[in-house]
Amino acid sequence: MSFWADQLILLPILLPLLFAAALVLLSGRRQQLKFAINLIGTLALLATAITLFWFTDREVWPQGVGVYLAANWAAPFGIALVVDRLSALMLTLCAVIALAALVFSYRRWSRAGVHFHSLFQFLLAGINGSFITGDLFNLFVFFEIMLAASYGLLLLGLQSERIRASMQYVVINLVASSFFLIGVALIYAAAGTLNMADLAVRASTMGESERLLLEIGAAVLAIVFLIKSAVWPLGFWLPTTYAAAAPPVGAMLVLMTKVGIYVLLRLWQLVFAEQTELLNALSGAVLVTGGLLTLAFGTIGMLGSQELGRMAGFSAIISSGTLLAALGYGEPRVISAALFYLISSTLAVAAFMLLMELIERIRKPSAAVLALTMEAFAIDDAPEESAGVVIPAAMAFLGLSFVASALIMAGLPPLSGFIAKFALFHALLNPTGMFTDNTYVADPLAWTILALIILSGLAAIISLMRYGVRTFWAAADATAPRLQLSEALPITVLLALCITISLAAGPTSRYLDRTADALHDPGRYIERVMSTPAVPGVVSITGGDS
Amino acid sequence: MEAVIAIAIGVLFASGVWLILRPRTFQVIIGLLLMSYAVNLFIFIMGRLWVNKPPLTLEQAVDPALFADPVPQALVLTAIVIGFATTALYLVLLLTSRGLTGTDHVDGKEPRQ
Repeated sequence: MSFWADQLILLPILLPLLFAAALVLLSGRRQQLKFAINLIGTLALLATAITLFWFTDREVWPQGVGVYLAANWAAPFGIALVVDRLSALMLTLCAVIALAALVFSYRRWSRAGVHFHSLFQFLLAGINGSFITGDLFNLFVFFEIMLAASYGLLLLGLQSERIRASMQYVVINLVASSFFLIGVALIYAAAGTLNMADLAVRASTMGESERLLLEIGAAVLAIVFLIKSAVWPLGFWLPTTYAAAAPPVGAMLVLMTKVGIYVLLRLWQLVFAEQTELLNALSGAVLVTGGLLTLAFGTIGMLGSQELGRMAGFSAIISSGTLLAALGYGEPRVISAALFYLISSTLAVAAFMLLMELIERIRKPSAAVLALTMEAFAIDDAPEESAGVVIPAAMAFLGLSFVASALIMAGLPPLSGFIAKFALFHALLNPTGMFTDNTYVADPLAWTILALIILSGLAAIISLMRYGVRTFWAAADATAPRLQLSEALPITVLLALCITISLAAGPTSRYLDRTADALHDPGRYIERVMSTPAVPGVVSITGGDS
Repeated sequence: MEAVIAIAIGVLFASGVWLILRPRTFQVIIGLLLMSYAVNLFIFIMGRLWVNKPPLTLEQAVDPALFADPVPQALVLTAIVIGFATTALYLVLLLTSRGLTGTDHVDGKEPRQ
């Protein structure tokens, strides 16, 4: 049993890679077949992710940490793939959003470019790889797979607007990759290892000069992840990119900004938080300050933006800022609440990205966007308007979905956004838990974070309400657009998931508490990675059988 | 020797930074290339500078001080391949942009005179 459970850890990388390779071989004319294969791949991925989620929480592996030793090399020498509660959670979130984006793209966007399906699966391989790798350089490789696929997907439906956004996005990310390599090289020079668990062990027993080098490397690396998570002075690429991306790609981009957050959470809790005092203080202050500035920037941007694409971009920036501030604050309860916020805001912003195009159809003649795309891309088989199941009461659906995602993004009751923010405030004000100490007064930092989060919610609701009133109420000649079931369903599912986690807020936050506790006790993770033995009898490591 | 390599990397990287801040896409891509050269050299020397030492160990147990560190060499190969591929991708993007907008300015339009 345990052997096969171990093999399961490899699947989130292996499945998308195999499906992507198979999809490359199929001719672009067989769209239905390609879509079906892609759908099967994504469903299989979702099943794997849910199984891993269940395994890690039930502690099928000791401590809930599963380790897969690639090529059967024991931990510090080979590449270890590690899945724990946090990675399993992120894998599941990724699979859910991928499924929604894929189903949404069925009618239009999957046909707007060649190799959409392969790129989509490669993107999943990259994202999943980043979540489960336990090796810094391997993390770089998966980041690059993810980014290379996203460059291709961003260009989906070639338009000059998208090309301009892509040029900035690609350059920013190429420069960030250079920094990534510099950071990794410095860390290797200092510690002589790239395995994250081994690095954590060695960081604690390091000499002064090596430690300095390690800290410089960590700082350079942090810049990279802060660029990905669009922290204030490094995040100007994000609104432009979001506004230009095709909706399903936009939904995946929402997830990709969370990869940066995930890596910061993982690396900082594991390697740097406990081991080096100076870095701990410094990175905490930097993350909180950066998060607060990002929140402020997102709030101002949200108020200033008039179109949906930019609003979605700025709400993603607000969510990054909130998460970074909570991360930097560092208490386990705060991190648990931040994870709740992460799930809720990722689902809501992804649903909003998908909703965007449908709402735009109220204002614009429906095929205008697509016509341009098709012309530039010279695709002759334009999808038929009448194909698929058209859902009734389109305006009511759009209005309700818009209100629901707006409520979640702004954090108003009764949906999950409110519960997430409430949990966050509660954790900020009572970091030690409720009823333990009534005389405790939260520090000014907690109050500042709290105030900025509330302000950002206010800005979001003002901005979204302004748009909603203009679109749904003020436009007298608004005609109900034709909506396909394949377009309405993913949005409904994403929003229904948000409602589910608000209804099941108790079990969800207990699960997230366990996740945050495990993160705060990196010893268990390190012990599991370092002590997992290679499978005996398959290949001997000491023998010269190569 | 260390100083020479360090200065070379610094000059390459600085030139790269200056070039990616220029307004023409061709300058940007040359800048990216120079930066990736600098980074590759940087990774390579992170295994320290050695002369006349092979990177692979023999089957018998031997003194590791006689051998160069093979890991940065493996890393730099991966980094070169990935950097090459992504830069090629940017090249395609650059040509597409040139074809669609008729200008090689990074903003897709000529600045007003």
